[in-house]
Formats: sequence, C-alpha cells, structure tokens
Amino acid sequence: MTRIITAENLGKRYILGGQDKAYQTIRETISNIILHPFSKLKQNHSKTQKEHYWALRNVDFRIEEGDIVGVIGRNGAGKSTLLKLLSRITKPTEGNIKIYGRVASLLEVGTGFHPELTGRENIFLSGNLLGMTRVEVKNKFDEIVEFSGLERFIETPVKHYSSGMYVRLGFAIAAHLEPEILLIDEVLAVGDLQFQKKCLGKMETVSKSGRTIVFVSHSMTHIESFCKIAFLLENGSLTRFDNINEGVQAYYRLFRKDNKTQQGFANSKPPHLSSVVKLIRISAINKHGNQSLEFDQTETFFIELDYQVLSRSQVIPHLMIRSDDGSILFPATVIPQIKDCIDNYFLNPGKYRAVCTIPGNLLNTGTYRVDSFFRCYKILEDEIYEPSCLEFSITEDMTTNPFRIDFGGAIVGYFRPALNWTNNAISDYSEDKCR
Amino acid sequence: MKEQRIIKQQVIEINNDASIFSINIYELWSYRDLFLTLAWKDICLRYKQTLFGVAWAVIQPTIAMIIFTVVFSKMAKIPTDNVPAPLFFYSGLIAWTFFSQTVSGASQSLIEGSRLITKVYFPRIIIPLSVTGYTFLNFIISSILQVVLFIVYGIWPSESVILLPILYILLFITSVGVGTLLAGLNAKYRDFCYVVPFLLQIWMFASPVAYSANLIPCEWQLYACLNPMVGIIDGFRCCLLGEWPDTLHLIISGVIGFIIFLLSIIYFNKLDNELADIL
Repeated sequence: MTRIITAENLGKRYILGGQDKAYQTIRETISNIILHPFSKLKQNHSKTQKEHYWALRNVDFRIEEGDIVGVIGRNGAGKSTLLKLLSRITKPTEGNIKIYGRVASLLEVGTGFHPELTGRENIFLSGNLLGMTRVEVKNKFDEIVEFSGLERFIETPVKHYSSGMYVRLGFAIAAHLEPEILLIDEVLAVGDLQFQKKCLGKMETVSKSGRTIVFVSHSMTHIESFCKIAFLLENGSLTRFDNINEGVQAYYRLFRKDNKTQQGFANSKPPHLSSVVKLIRISAINKHGNQSLEFDQTETFFIELDYQVLSRSQVIPHLMIRSDDGSILFPATVIPQIKDCIDNYFLNPGKYRAVCTIPGNLLNTGTYRVDSFFRCYKILEDEIYEPSCLEFSITEDMTTNPFRIDFGGAIVGYFRPALNWTNNAISDYSEDKCR
Repeated sequence: MKEQRIIKQQVIEINNDASIFSINIYELWSYRDLFLTLAWKDICLRYKQTLFGVAWAVIQPTIAMIIFTVVFSKMAKIPTDNVPAPLFFYSGLIAWTFFSQTVSGASQSLIEGSRLITKVYFPRIIIPLSVTGYTFLNFIISSILQVVLFIVYGIWPSESVILLPILYILLFITSVGVGTLLAGLNAKYRDFCYVVPFLLQIWMFASPVAYSANLIPCEWQLYACLNPMVGIIDGFRCCLLGEWPDTLHLIISGVIGFIIFLLSIIYFNKLDNELADIL
C-alpha cells in the first residue's frame, strides 16, 4: 500500500478570548505600538502561553491509500481542527502534512451555495469550489440533477428551495466528486433519515471503490460499519487504533467519567454524605452484558450504578433520566424494591451495584442523559448529586421497528411506549346502511 | 482532463512556513475555472432583480459625466485643456470608476466570502481578484460608449493610443493591488469598512478626475505622481485626446503601482496562514 497522507508533529494553536481577540481594531494595534513599543518582544515570553490554546499538538499519523479512517472523540477534542488542517482551510502552527492526491472536503452540505442563484448556477459554483473543473461539472450535470430529483426546480433560485431540497442538491453535487481523498464531516449525516441513508449508502459505494476517506462522526454505529481504522482524539492528542472495535471501546471509556466523578465530588461543597458514599462508576449495559451507549428502541437495557459505601448507613441510589435538552423525563429509584424492609435497610461498608432496567419500547429515539444522586433514608436535605454522568442514545431499525409500516418520518415525543390497544368494529357496514 | 492527471501526481504540502513572495502561479492557473465562476457569479448577482440590468454600466458613468460637466466645467469653470468637457471628464471617469469599484468591491470581498473561506480550500487571492470580473465588464461597456462619444464629437485619437495597453495593465495592477491590500487589512481590522469610502473620496480629489493634471503646480507634479492614479488617469486622457503623456510621470506612477501590487501580495501571503481563523 502506498502512503497518501502523512502528518508529522502536527500542532494547531488558537488564541483564546473568542471573537474579541480574533480580529483587532487598528486603534488597538496603533495604541499598542505607541504605548508598548517592545511588547511584541515580551509577548513571546509571557503572554502567549496564557492566552493560547492548543487544539492539536504533537500529532503524527500516516494514512495509506484506500484506508477508511473514522475520527472520533468528544466535543472539543480537535476533530474539526484536524479536518480543517487536512482540507487546507487553516494552516498548522507547527509540523507538516503531506498529501499525495486530489482532496475534496465536505464540511457542509451545499458548499458555497448562494441563495440568489438558481440551482443550475449553484451546481457550477459549488462543483468548482469542491475542485471539479467546469468541463467535469458540465459532463456530470445531468446526472447530478437526476440524482437530486430537482429537474423542475433547477432554474429556480435556491432561496425558494425548502431545506430538504437544498440538502438534496448539495449532496447530489458531493456524491459526484471523484477525488482520491475524501474528507467528510458529520454534517453530512444530518437531515432526515431517508437522506442519511442515502448519504451512507453513497459512502459505502465510495469506500468500496478504493478511495481514501477520513470521516468525522459521533455516531459509533456509522463509524463501526464503515471505518477500518479509528483515530481517537482526546485533548488534542491522537491515538490510532487499527482495530475499529478497540477504538470505539476506547471512545466509550472516555464517557465512563471516572475522573470527572471524582472531580465533581471534590468541587462540590463538602456534604456530610460524601464521607458516607462514593460513586465509582455508572454505565449502560446491553442484554448481552456488554457496555454500550447505543440501544435499539425495542431493546431492554440496564443502567449500572457502582458505588462504595464508606460507613454503615441507609444510602439509597437514584437516577434522573433527562432528555438531550435537559428536561426531566422521570426519576428512577430503588425505593419500591426496599420499601418493605426500609427500617432494617442498612448498608455495611463495601462496594455495591444497583442495576436499573430500562425496558424496550419505552424511550423514543434520541439522546438521553442520566444524573445520579444518593440520599439517606429520612435525611432529605443532604444529597450527592452528579449531573450528566452518562449519556446514551436510542436508535431504531426502520425496517423492523413495530411503530413503522410505511411511515419514514420522525416520530415526536420523548417516549414511545408500546401500549395495549383494542381496535374492534362496534357496528358493521350493513347496520350503518339501515340507519 | 490532462491537467487533472498532473494535479494527481502533485504532492500537497501543508505547513506554516510559506514564503511571503510566492504566489503559486501553477495552482492559480488550475483554479481558473473557479475564478471565472466566481467572477460570473458576481456579475449575475449585481444585475439580478434589477430593472435595467447591464444598462447600469452605461447609466452610471454617463450621469457622473453630466454632473461633472455641469458642476466643474459650466459652474466652477475648470479648464479642460481645450477638449470638449464631456469627453474630458468621461475619459478620466472610466479609469477612476474601474479603480474605485475594484477597490471597494475587493476590500469587502473577503468578509463577504467568509463562508467559503471557512469551509473549503482554494487560493484565497481568487476572491479579491474575482471582483475584477464585474468591474472589467463595466469598464468594457463604458469604453464602448466612449468610442461612441468620440465619433459624435468627431475626434480621432493620434498614434499615442499605442500606449493604451500599457495603461490598461498599470490600471489593473494598481486597482488589484490596492483592492487586495485593503481586503486583507479589512479582514484583520474591520475599521477599514469605514475607512475605504473616505479613502476613495479623498483619493478621487487627489487624482485628476475632475480637473486636468496640468492644474497641479509644476513643482508638485513629481510628488503628485507618487499617487499612481495621477499618472494613469493623465496618461489615459492624453492617449485618448491625442497627446503623449509625460514619460517620467508615467514611470513614477507605474513603479509605485507595481510596488503597491507587490506589497499587497506579500501582505496577503502573510495573512493567508490565519485567514480562516480571523474571519
């Protein structure tokens, strides 16, 4: 295999301070020069280290021809920065990258679209921007239009398009690029489910044609099904996993939050309870006993809460299930199980594991957050609360989900319980007719 | 197709130590389609949803010419070197209009194009360059009108018109240079949004658009030529109205224009490293 991308000692530094510092005003610059004529020299020593932030540092990797690399990591780990460096949008602060081949980067759907221009004009504009020559766009124009299914609207300015049409046209152009190296941000996986399927199907064909793909995503399902190699980014450093499953497992491990939990305890006011109980870890387990963060909508799964009791007490573990936007869906507690023996319910020092069963067909598809908290029996004012210590998502297989027969759109709501229904005739047709 | 294969074999190196003088001419050439598309997009957008469309390219300088003739010639009685006033003003105006449209368009271009710059790679200099598509179209259209004016007034240019191509190149280089420089400065210091309109206004009165270069006192003329537009506009006028422009003045203005152009490329290259981060 031949190398196609190599990166050595790559680093990208950003200036902290956000928008204000991002661009200066002349007044500042001039007054700085007048007031502190030597500040430029000094800056290198004192100021820079404080106000700068390394989004990536000391990153080395090598991608061979035909590799399909999934870049994973938490928000802010440097995934987008890496993609921006590879696509040459920004330049690295240190180190260098060598790329052997033509690169196309899809960081958004409909790159360069201008709302005032028609669909036809935008195809040429966007195609050129993504690296196609005018002749190439011309040759593929009919195919692109056909793929998008927008034949009737191709002379309409895209400002009149619905967002769905916009995305379809954008993707149709992207799907007809033929670079050796394709950089894809997960923005391509937004949109409705049908569009997602189309994107992923196209990616599959592209990947089979032997092209090199670098794909950034938060969806481990997508990563596991397409990628062969994982780059796990954490705090700006990169770990390579040649086995995709190992990479995904390492990604999940980041969410166990062992460290974060301890931090949370340390930072909160020292409650009385903290000398009594300590959260060890919280994890979501599927029916096979394996840790996972994605479950099918119909699948039953478990939330395990491991905790350590430090002194004999009446500690009761609780969970709070929240939606992605933070709304409380329901609290869950072990109380119903221990209610009859609550007066004799004492936990001796040691490690405990509470397991909460979340039945299938309860939560709708989406991402959910779990808070954990501990309380002692009869002492309501003292509790240890650890917000968002677990995140999981519910997905569905559209083909087998019992809630769908012919409906492919989004189903609203936080819950999707399978309720009992009866649905019988109370009069038959002949009776109706007699009336 | 052929050049595609060449690009394939090319190794792209991404690092921070780009030399400040280099423009990758080869790369720019391979992106010529994008330049044309962006220029054409600019033209489309300017005339979309306008009633008169491209006619504005004729209406604008014509109205300016009439105003100039009335105000400066008829009312202020500024001498026009024994040339009919409309012709005199018009030949200065079309060069000036190209300059001011290119400069003001280019200076805004990077900010307006920030969505492209932060999402996809291409040689950034194409963005301020592509503004010239629209301004050059205007320039050609108003030049055609000028030919008509000459015929109407029955004036035939002398052999000095052979200097015109040189003047075109100088005008182009100066306009693009100033425009690109201001585009980069504007991306970094947004103050330039407010500065550019003033700058152009002052620059116009510092250039012989509304008056003849002969009105500049003799001892100042050399210094005046440090403003490249003095030599260029005076040159245009002389060429079209049948005289030879002052060679020294033209050379000084040309050299200054060229220096500005080089400076703008150096500054732009320097800025290129951080452009996507500051927009």
